[in-house]
Amino acid sequence: MRSAIKATEAARLIPDGARLMIGGFLAVGTPERVIDALVARGARGLTVIANDTARPGTGIGKLIDAGCVARVVASHIGTNPATQRKMLEGEIEVELVPQGTLAERIRAGGAGLGGVLTPTGVGTVVAEGKRVIELDGREYLLEPPLRADFALIRAHEADYFFNLTYRLAAANFNPVMALAAECVIAEPDEIVPLGAIPPDAVRTSGALVHHLVERRH
Amino acid sequence: MDAKELIARRVALELNDWTLVNLGIGLPTLVARYVPPGIRVAFQSENGIIGFGARPPEGMEDPALVDAGGGFVGAVPGACSLDSATSFALIRGGHLDMTVLGGLQVDARGRLANWMVPGTMVAGMGGAMDLVAGARRVVVAMQHAARGGPKIVRELTLPATAARRVTLVVTDLAVVEPTGDGLVLRERAPGVTVEQILATTGAPLRVEGEVPEMRLAPDPSAGAGQALR
Repeated sequence: MRSAIKATEAARLIPDGARLMIGGFLAVGTPERVIDALVARGARGLTVIANDTARPGTGIGKLIDAGCVARVVASHIGTNPATQRKMLEGEIEVELVPQGTLAERIRAGGAGLGGVLTPTGVGTVVAEGKRVIELDGREYLLEPPLRADFALIRAHEADYFFNLTYRLAAANFNPVMALAAECVIAEPDEIVPLGAIPPDAVRTSGALVHHLVERRH
Repeated sequence: MDAKELIARRVALELNDWTLVNLGIGLPTLVARYVPPGIRVAFQSENGIIGFGARPPEGMEDPALVDAGGGFVGAVPGACSLDSATSFALIRGGHLDMTVLGGLQVDARGRLANWMVPGTMVAGMGGAMDLVAGARRVVVAMQHAARGGPKIVRELTLPATAARRVTLVVTDLAVVEPTGDGLVLRERAPGVTVEQILATTGAPLRVEGEVPEMRLAPDPSAGAGQALR
């Protein structure tokens, strides 16, 4: 049996300046306990790759509020005025990526692909400085893969092998991010015995998960 | 009937039976209230749900069941969940029959701008660029004019969402179809004249013969259709 770690230990594994992928969509499916521990540790200079920065006081918004973040790669920051303000003040650098392109760049990073050809963004500001490749009469942007030092995953159930399941819209970016980082830290809602999750229900294999955060107390 | 209800009830007539449809945040979500009788539609939310339904009663919401605006929703029988990569594979891969999105501007070539106003706080494009690039049909639901100025313009002055020509523009005054040969006025709102429409449109609009009045999907309180059942 593998053993779980405390959220505070997870936060200690993550050095200042690390590049993080964090699951979640407006804080739904975001590992809140690891984020709270990063805030408590006073993490600095983090790069956060995520769909959005949630709202102030929730999910990734807590990292923004606490000044932990230097760079954001996201599809949307409109729900968080603090991110917008810090971007204008030059405290946080923001790269905006169309949501589907973000998912696919992360998938490419985790799948060993050299990039993605997508029609999304052709003829828009997103295409500036990028290679446009024409195939069979259709134009595509060449988008590079994304990888990170750590993926912070929120799961529904985990078993003792660290196999993971997700619930409803809380899956979002978590499954693809679990493939695209050097170190994968999963925070589950529940920990269940081996065999309690049927093989077909496992959506992220425990073989991909390095650390599991222990249950809530 | 207010302008938003009028637009939503006209857009609802564009729903095809047994198809996958994505509704944008804001006005487009109203379309779900007016699904015509006999039409079965699965509403997709790009954060990873096919078959979402009405919001549950207060206190019965599921924190993991939200739409792309973060609002609580329900799920109808037969619903399924998807991760973000699969959700956008559906959108980009041509599996979505239609997306309904709000608009800031549409130009004479039928290009849409709906994600950014330079000089204001930048929100980000979210899923809008993928939806416009990938959906089989893109229907824009918006006011015909805003703050006195037309939103249908000769050339976009705001950043484009995609290079692609949208399928249809439904406003509180008119239904406009962008074609390879310019914008065509297809329908007018009840009580609105062609002259009024032309006067509030900032791009050339072709008028071919008699322009019929908009048809509208019935009010659901009269016992209408349902999402996916």
